[in-house]
Amino acid sequence: MASLTTVSAAAEVVIDIGGFPIRLSTDDPAFVAMLKERYAGFVTSGTPAQIEFDVVLAPADSMLGNGDVRVEREAGQWSMGRGDFEAGWNPGAARGIIRQSANPYSLNSVLRIVHTLLLAEQGGFLVHASSAVRDGRAFLFAGVSGAGKTTMARLAPPDATLLTDEISYVSRQEDGYHAYGTPFAGDLGRLGENMRAPLAALYLLTKGTENKVEPVSASEASRALLENILCFAQDSGVVRSIFEAACDFVCRVPIRRLTFAPDARVWEMIS
Amino acid sequence: MSEKCYVARSSKIAARMMGDEMMIMLAPESTLFTLNEVASVIFKAADGATPLDEIVAERVCSEFDIEFEVALKDAEHMVKELAGHGVLIVSDKPTTQSRAFAQVAR
Repeated sequence: MASLTTVSAAAEVVIDIGGFPIRLSTDDPAFVAMLKERYAGFVTSGTPAQIEFDVVLAPADSMLGNGDVRVEREAGQWSMGRGDFEAGWNPGAARGIIRQSANPYSLNSVLRIVHTLLLAEQGGFLVHASSAVRDGRAFLFAGVSGAGKTTMARLAPPDATLLTDEISYVSRQEDGYHAYGTPFAGDLGRLGENMRAPLAALYLLTKGTENKVEPVSASEASRALLENILCFAQDSGVVRSIFEAACDFVCRVPIRRLTFAPDARVWEMIS
Repeated sequence: MSEKCYVARSSKIAARMMGDEMMIMLAPESTLFTLNEVASVIFKAADGATPLDEIVAERVCSEFDIEFEVALKDAEHMVKELAGHGVLIVSDKPTTQSRAFAQVAR
């Protein structure tokens, strides 16, 4: 695990996704400027950060390759890594350190991992789904790559607000589940709006020749949802939490199968 | 499989009844198992203290229209397969391993 030392921060930025402001500090103002541009809409000022990460920038040729993501917990501290980054996070101290080269993709991966861990503690999750808000209610469209997440986002009517076309943020709160906008964009290449709305329904996407909505059994919904939830950690506690969260979600939120042809009329069936 | 075998749910799993199927997550591997209605009855009754043949006789044959010998053979096959994955623990003596899981397997 990376040691939790600090950097002499010359610049910092607070990125607020899902109501979890995370401060990133580094000695490279140009890198922070790039992050502010990339995460525009999710950058806050004046909001106290709930977690602080020091970002130590390494030469690009010292952080090569992708490989498999590794996320492990030892003595209450998380360590995570891939060929292009190494990170450590102490949840008790709300501090961590990230070592990577000056690219936004590695940091994006770390943020996704950290948010899956944060959400797992409170009954939420990140899921492969596009999502949008219409009439104050959020709708999720889940599926693997090629299922039509981005297509549904492209076909959305003008009065729908896009939360994401790739990774949806589902948070459990006292009054039920809410979906938040994320900066985790897919093929659409556009960040979601930084807003939240109560979740009305989740649709499991299937491409077809006509538009139709069909019910799915609780067990089928659970299986499909679990297949699409992001879980990086090889950790019993996290796996159990996500399993329980998925089952609870299926019991509380309507889940249907949406077969659709790539035509905007499909949105007439979303309710 | 011995004549008296006792089956207990592993402490490495999380399980939940969804509709009429039992969903079982084996952690930390994130392997998902789904049991049908009959298998779910056996899984829920696998308390480590009740012999498998008793579970089959009193829980399966009483609820489903199936002969004891056939049901026991199917149950032994299912138990062997799930035990191979670490979902169930088989013993020739009673155990109390899974008591804490009774509330999870609802």
